[in-house]
Amino acid sequence: MKKVLFVMAPVVLVAASYAQDIKIGGIGPVTGEAATFGISTKNGMTMAVDEWNAKGGIFGGRKAKLIFEDDKGDPSEGAIVWNKLIQQDNVVAIVGTVMSKVSLVGAPISQAAGIPMISPTSTNEKVTLVGDYIFRACFIDPFQGTVGANFAFNDLKARSAAAIFDLGNDYTKGLAENFKKQFEKLGGKVVAFEGHPTGTTDFKAQLTKILQGKPDVIYIPDYYNDVGLIAKQARELGFKGPLVGGDGWDSPELVKIGGTAVENGFFTNHYSSEDKRAIVQAFVKKYKAKFGAEPDALAALGYDAMYIMLDAIKRAGSTKGAAIRDALKATDINVVSGRIKFDENRNPIKSAVIIEIKNGKQVYRTTVNP
Amino acid sequence: MNVRKLPRFLIAVVLFYIVVEVLYRTEILNGYLLHIINLSLIYVILATSLNLINGITGQFSLGHMGFAGVGAYVSGSLTTLILKLSVTNPASMLPFLLSIIAGGVVAAFVGFLIGFPSLRLKGDYLAIVTLGFGEIIRTIFNNIDAVGGPRGLLGIPKFSNFTVILVAAFLTVVIIRNLIESSHGRAMLSIRENELAAELVCVNTTRYKVMASTFGAFFAGIAGGLLAHLIQLAHPTQFGFIKSVEVLIMIYAGGVGSLTGSILAAFGLTFLSEGLRLGIRALADATGLPIGGEWRMVVYALLLIFIMLFRNEGLMGMRESRIIKNVEVD
Repeated sequence: MKKVLFVMAPVVLVAASYAQDIKIGGIGPVTGEAATFGISTKNGMTMAVDEWNAKGGIFGGRKAKLIFEDDKGDPSEGAIVWNKLIQQDNVVAIVGTVMSKVSLVGAPISQAAGIPMISPTSTNEKVTLVGDYIFRACFIDPFQGTVGANFAFNDLKARSAAAIFDLGNDYTKGLAENFKKQFEKLGGKVVAFEGHPTGTTDFKAQLTKILQGKPDVIYIPDYYNDVGLIAKQARELGFKGPLVGGDGWDSPELVKIGGTAVENGFFTNHYSSEDKRAIVQAFVKKYKAKFGAEPDALAALGYDAMYIMLDAIKRAGSTKGAAIRDALKATDINVVSGRIKFDENRNPIKSAVIIEIKNGKQVYRTTVNP
Repeated sequence: MNVRKLPRFLIAVVLFYIVVEVLYRTEILNGYLLHIINLSLIYVILATSLNLINGITGQFSLGHMGFAGVGAYVSGSLTTLILKLSVTNPASMLPFLLSIIAGGVVAAFVGFLIGFPSLRLKGDYLAIVTLGFGEIIRTIFNNIDAVGGPRGLLGIPKFSNFTVILVAAFLTVVIIRNLIESSHGRAMLSIRENELAAELVCVNTTRYKVMASTFGAFFAGIAGGLLAHLIQLAHPTQFGFIKSVEVLIMIYAGGVGSLTGSILAAFGLTFLSEGLRLGIRALADATGLPIGGEWRMVVYALLLIFIMLFRNEGLMGMRESRIIKNVEVD
């Protein structure tokens, strides 16, 4: 029992000192395999909280206090931090987390406790289906696959396509499946649909098979490190056509790994820092000044998710879970990644942007509305 | 067996149960701390069962969480996909417990199978085989769409509670202790000390190595099932190599061959990890230093290094606490 008391003591002290502030839980993987995602997300969240506090707080002069916890991208760790934030810190709402598998553990805990939660970047459809307290700030896997297919068919005029994806990753698999569905619905032909095991570095076997079908375009809905390698090997095997992918491409590392091979590459993303809207430009400028780096989509979504939550708490004028939930449902707000409203499954109805890789730079190409 | 000394451990566990329940009911202990206690108890099952293989029998297994994965997926599939049990229905408790046991039995069978090819291998080579096995299990779950594939098995009902987990942990420790103190256990110890000598005095080393592997896998399967029903998810990444190493660290920090050590380390390291989370936050708030939660794992790793440097036999070495011991042997 000594251990319990030992752990309790500092907690009681910490809890007492912030009684006036509205406590918001933030969760993201700042260590582990997805650490860069977690850090960007945390930066975005912190910025949103600071902005609201600088404006004089959320409501009645009460400021927001962000309590951020690391989930290491691990579901077991997720269960711990969700319990901690809700039971120990008594947060009124949770903004988190990045990876779907961890959000899926947190969502039932939030739902059972009646603490509203908004995930910035968990794209798995099942997350918000857990219950009516669970929201998200990003679009879901089917939408991104669908947008990719529409873009390839309508904009790139591709009539045949191939897809290569990671068998061990739900995100890339989900995108590939939805791309295939939509591309075939539009009347295109998917000539090859090749999965590779996680951790593959030599994709020549799959790519050779893909190139035999002579596709107009290859869909690579993977993370930037794999995309760089796949693109390089596809070009080495003589493929000249366009490559299309998803938001996993969004990293400065992509061009470093892929070099010129990723030219003539396009990907769907949540936002572009080149978007001319004033709210985007103000965000980019402030973020650069504060953190000394170009904000990626995760930073934008972390910022947006926190902003949406704080806006809902303000409109609710209350820290009660049910009141915040109802205010969240009624959200209609312009944020960095577009104008946000929620559908009946608490997924945002919002636009996607298409980004092109041109001369080693990410160039904004177009915005696609749902 | 000395009957007079039998209930000592039972009394300790019952006292622990009463204290935790009272503190929880009076809201001194919140759901977060109860969750940490539950998690620690699951780690007790994992660490003591791995200790049976690594510490008592002297084999080197690196794939323990693979067995836990088998238990988690088998029991999770039974309760979620096949029986479709609901937490609100009190009649679901029995089928849930049977599902957990079924998970353990299947894991034990896998442990039995893996016991055979491993018989010809020792030390590092055995470690690599078990490592490979753990990865195979993980990859299999990753590729079965019926249990969610890479998305994981979702929507598992939250059946695991403090009572169930504590009883399971108690039974695990008692059964493993009794096994160690029986003639079978002595045979396993003799294999650890010197396999050749053990064989010369007619110990059937094959049989006891397979037995240790089977028993260890059974309890790991039980722990996996309980974990899946605690966090309501079974995901392939939870049962990978890194997770097996976490359990391995516990038995080495606690003392290889000591059940007491495994229990202390399971609680100690789980609480340490959380204590650091709160400690670092408090330190950052008090001093204004820019240190975030990410420093927690650095401190954790440093502490482990210090334990191993200054106490390389682990907390308990090979000793057992008098509370756990059933018979006195010297």
